[in-house]
Amino acid sequence: MTALTRQVTEIQSPTIEYGLLAPMLVVFGAAVLGVLVEAFLPRRVRYPVQVVLSLGALAVALGMVVTLADRVEVAAEGSVAIDGPTLFIQGTVLALSLLSVLLFAERRVDPGGDAFASAASSLPGSEDERTLTAQRVQQTEVYPLVMFSIGGMLLFPASNDLLTMFVALEVLSFPLYLLCGMARRRRLLSQEAAVKYFLLGSFSSAFFIYGVALLYGYAGSVRLSDIDRAVSEQVGSEGLLLAGVALLTVGLLFKIAAVPFHAWTPDVYQGAPTPVTGFMAACTKIAAFGALLRVLYVGLGGLRLDWQPLLWAIAILTMVVGAVVALTQSDVKRMLAYSSIAHAGFVLTGMVVVEPAGISSVLFYLAAYGFATVGAFAVVSLVRDAGGEATHLSRWAGLAKRSPLVAGVFTLFLLAFAGIPLTSGFVGKLVVFLAAWQGGAWPLVLVAVLASAVAAFFYVRVIVLMYFSEPAPEGPTVAVPSPLTAAAIGLGALVTVGLGVAPAPLLTLAEQAAVFVR
Amino acid sequence: MQAYVPIIALAALAAGFAVFSIVAGALSGPKRYNRAKLESYECGIEPTPQAVGGGRFPVKYYLTAMLFIIFDIEIIFLYPWAVRFDSLGVFGLVEMVLFILTVFVAYAYVWRRGGLEWD
Amino acid sequence: MSALTTLDVRAVEPVATAGGVYAWTFLLIAFPALGALVLLLGGRRTDRIGHVVGTLASLASFVVAALLFVDMLGRAAEDRAVNQPLFDWLPAAGLQVSVGLLLDPLSMAFVLLITGVGTLIHVYSIGYMQHDPRRRRFFGYLNLFVAAMLLLVLADDYLVLYVGWEGVGLASYLLIGFWQHKNSAAVAAKKAFVVNRVGDMGMTLAVMAMFAVFGTTAFSGVLGGADQVSEGWLTVIGLLLLLAACGKSAQFPLQSWLLDAMEGPTPVSALIHAATMVTAGVYLIVRSGAIYAGAPLAQTAVVVVGTITLVMGAIIGCAKDDIKRVLAGSTMSQIGYMVLAAGLGPAGYAFAIFHLLTHGFFKANLFLGAGSVMHAMDDEVDMRRYGGLRRYLPLTFLTFAAGYLAIIGVPPFAGFWSKDRIIEAAFADNLLVGTCALLGAGITAFYMTRLMLMTWFSERRWKPDVHAHESPLVMTLPLLALGLLSLVGGAAMLWTAGGIVEWLEPVVGEEEHALPFPVWVLTAATLVVIVAGVALAWMRYGREQVARTAPTRVSFATTAARRDLYGDAVNEVALMRPGQRLTGSLVYADSRGLDRAVNGVAALMGGSSGLLRRVQTGFVRSYALSMLGGTVLVVVALLSVRLS
Repeated sequence: MTALTRQVTEIQSPTIEYGLLAPMLVVFGAAVLGVLVEAFLPRRVRYPVQVVLSLGALAVALGMVVTLADRVEVAAEGSVAIDGPTLFIQGTVLALSLLSVLLFAERRVDPGGDAFASAASSLPGSEDERTLTAQRVQQTEVYPLVMFSIGGMLLFPASNDLLTMFVALEVLSFPLYLLCGMARRRRLLSQEAAVKYFLLGSFSSAFFIYGVALLYGYAGSVRLSDIDRAVSEQVGSEGLLLAGVALLTVGLLFKIAAVPFHAWTPDVYQGAPTPVTGFMAACTKIAAFGALLRVLYVGLGGLRLDWQPLLWAIAILTMVVGAVVALTQSDVKRMLAYSSIAHAGFVLTGMVVVEPAGISSVLFYLAAYGFATVGAFAVVSLVRDAGGEATHLSRWAGLAKRSPLVAGVFTLFLLAFAGIPLTSGFVGKLVVFLAAWQGGAWPLVLVAVLASAVAAFFYVRVIVLMYFSEPAPEGPTVAVPSPLTAAAIGLGALVTVGLGVAPAPLLTLAEQAAVFVR
Repeated sequence: MQAYVPIIALAALAAGFAVFSIVAGALSGPKRYNRAKLESYECGIEPTPQAVGGGRFPVKYYLTAMLFIIFDIEIIFLYPWAVRFDSLGVFGLVEMVLFILTVFVAYAYVWRRGGLEWD
Repeated sequence: MSALTTLDVRAVEPVATAGGVYAWTFLLIAFPALGALVLLLGGRRTDRIGHVVGTLASLASFVVAALLFVDMLGRAAEDRAVNQPLFDWLPAAGLQVSVGLLLDPLSMAFVLLITGVGTLIHVYSIGYMQHDPRRRRFFGYLNLFVAAMLLLVLADDYLVLYVGWEGVGLASYLLIGFWQHKNSAAVAAKKAFVVNRVGDMGMTLAVMAMFAVFGTTAFSGVLGGADQVSEGWLTVIGLLLLLAACGKSAQFPLQSWLLDAMEGPTPVSALIHAATMVTAGVYLIVRSGAIYAGAPLAQTAVVVVGTITLVMGAIIGCAKDDIKRVLAGSTMSQIGYMVLAAGLGPAGYAFAIFHLLTHGFFKANLFLGAGSVMHAMDDEVDMRRYGGLRRYLPLTFLTFAAGYLAIIGVPPFAGFWSKDRIIEAAFADNLLVGTCALLGAGITAFYMTRLMLMTWFSERRWKPDVHAHESPLVMTLPLLALGLLSLVGGAAMLWTAGGIVEWLEPVVGEEEHALPFPVWVLTAATLVVIVAGVALAWMRYGREQVARTAPTRVSFATTAARRDLYGDAVNEVALMRPGQRLTGSLVYADSRGLDRAVNGVAALMGGSSGLLRRVQTGFVRSYALSMLGGTVLVVVALLSVRLS
């Protein structure tokens, strides 16, 4: 008892570096403000206020991340690490979130309003729902939700201890579970997706926290640097350590949708409202990769001989399964889901090498992939028929004849996914594969090249379908979007081409950012 | 190990008593069933009939219960702060005000959106 | 911009940085690229001026090329390679790729071919595509192709070359499927794409391997450092490059797409699938000479591939009735010659390029001629529905005849000079290879004569409502130009300005080959084989039909009647039947075996995909189970790695 009392009396008030945490604080603050807006402002003005608030906060946060560049510090009593990878990923997530929120705010494409249900609680197909739709009731709660999620994504890759990381994981996940179930069209599918995502997500969180507990049991601390030290000093039981590492990794691999923890991806990507899918596919994956990088490189760098073979196997599985299963998909959102699984495999290829080149190539790949992904899902949200989005691939036949511009832009994104030169995807694949090859992982590169050849096939299949097939007589129409979606697609396309033609600035940035603080 | 002997003894005693009561009651008591005795809650309250075909049922009570738990548990944070109020000083005060404010935002939201109304 | 880059091909030779007129090098690519941009993004506003813009862009590029060529002629041989750095593309971890252009005699030759023949084909297309509602788009794609092809041959880095490589593939793909309303065109486009991906994979891996071995992908670093690298690595890189070349140049075993590619509009077949793109593989091999110099095994593989393809393509050419497919088979065969020559090392490089250039002239000529015929015959491609066309399309016939004489190698037409050199070099290298090359010349003569006879001579077998007419001037003028080049191009290149061999020497080197017998013997033998091929064809296709429809020649035919009968029987028994059977089986192997291999891989993928897809049941419980299973595996794997 005396020991406990003494410890308590020694409590010092902690110091918090608000400046370093400012981007996250701004985003969380905007989210809280958004809740108040929902509570007190009349329905009429909520939409403009929420959109301006969200976009403004994201822009301010992005600006703050830029001013923080080159800072390498540990903040908030060691629980948050502000360093190159953190800032790079935060910047990327913020930029992509800006584009995603633009898509969230789109209200011209669907005759009913935006992409979200008038009231998520109304029974699908009920009288209630019909009345609300007829009254064109629009809900704006998605904005605070997405802001909370973004805040979690900013903290996730910055977490320097495993408990903070777990909190960030939950903060980013919970709003996503809700957002997934809010689609205006095909609501049952959407709700099913939300339930699946929630159940499996909690399952994976359980693995994660179990792993944290085991690692705490091994190292006596949840801080990554302490775990690293414990590993190098070889204290405690190896079984505890390895089981902890395995469970922790599983929790993270779930979020990046690596095989065999990918099963949720196609169902959730298909069911979720398309702007949310784009947001998830880009931002969640990037943030989760950031966290995985930090855990593996900073906390478990000393164990790399143990986790490298595992990551090899998972990377190969992920690439092969993603690319092969995508071949037979007939729904464009499911196809993009499998494609995102394959891309996770490509990124893992770069992570296997524990070298700065690996980190920088992964960072670059994530940025390149993110912009193409948001753009591609934005295009998907434009191709519609009476039932909402026409996601069945057969409906996309001959799209180029109806709307050459939209087909052209989608082709660009697909070519970027396939890694055709002069697009960002090519440079991304190149730097990742080169880093892996240099690190001695040439068999992995071989598999990756083969998988990308297979993957190229199904991307091209869609291009063929759009350009070389006769359009169906009652095919879908291409909605004319408001400037919001147009801006998101335009920016996505611009960055995709820009990073393909002149990747030098971002590559340099990624190279400079490739150092972790410990 | 010595320290655990009393605990184990107590646990064994408790388990023994529970088993003894149930077995003794089952063996010795008379068995005269009537409708009231077969109700789910043998306390005079009629159970609400379940919706036909497992349909939806009101969640009002759950909502209230969950709100109660949220606010209830968050107040627990105030205890440790109150105990070490001196050493945490202004920092602790500011942080706690921020925390309570955030909780109040949630409260305000629930209140304004009708989460506290029963009907 | 001022950095002095060095290019090492075989010896270390400093390369001048672009100055003066060479500062315009980038314009070569800029003009067609701009043209493509305007036409493809300009939309319908540019519909009316599309063909003019496209042609002018290509012409402007040709003018620049001509100016550069004149300047280059005035320079000493060792000062002719000029490097123009443009910008730093990739400063990736340890990999520095700066985009720069390298204009040396080798790329100059290609630039002139691409822009020169390209411009002629642009002009021709104005007439050929006149009634196509999507003509503007067609010209946009053509310009895109020209820009990408120029980037391919002007790149000074394998990675930049790869960009051009993919670019021409894309343009080719778009143009093969240009008439997308035809299902066959869409299928052909897809097939071309799939087969090319196999080759591209070789290219990707070759670039990766280069980077791993040399630490750079620039020509200067890779080719200059080739002599310090182990033979094993050079062999690997050489074989991978060969795989890439096979895909792009339709060489065995990746040749099957080229025949189907004929679904594209004929000017496309002329430009992309005859004169330029399909020869990119030859360029790649010749450019990478320093790698093959240290990898005899890879070099032998190149020779083998070239030899097989040249015989195979020729035999396939004999069996087709579709005029464009005969020409396509012939293209395969002729590129086989080039690849064969390129496999002979410095002794053959110059000849490979020489034949590539002359082939560019006469094959473009033949294709455009075929296009002119199709134009006249309502897009009929079956030669059995032609006949006697020489009277109706005299100009086309004249130019086509020049192309015909050039391809079978009649002196002094262009093909004679270049093919003869390759056969010589082949004999100097290996008797078997030489014999195959010689035999190929004979078969070439056979099928080309057959094509000639069935199209231009013999009786009319037209469909009833066809009214053949000569093509407009805008189509015949390019034909005349190409016909002239088919006539004099070979000799001109060989004898003026020091000759092509001397011109290329600073880049590809030169090596005397020792022939086991005097050159004139071989030349004579070649001519005899060619004459035999022509005679054979005439006996089979000329005599019978002439006897039926052209009474003026009956006397000539009767004088040879007996011998013809005998010859016929011999033909039938000894040559035609086995030949046809061989052809048939080859065509069968081509369309079934290889197709089946391609389809088989696709089916395997599709099958496993379907199987894996079934795992995706949609039930959360099975997903959770799969996660649990995965987790157990991960835990067990980690523990067993350490604790075992």
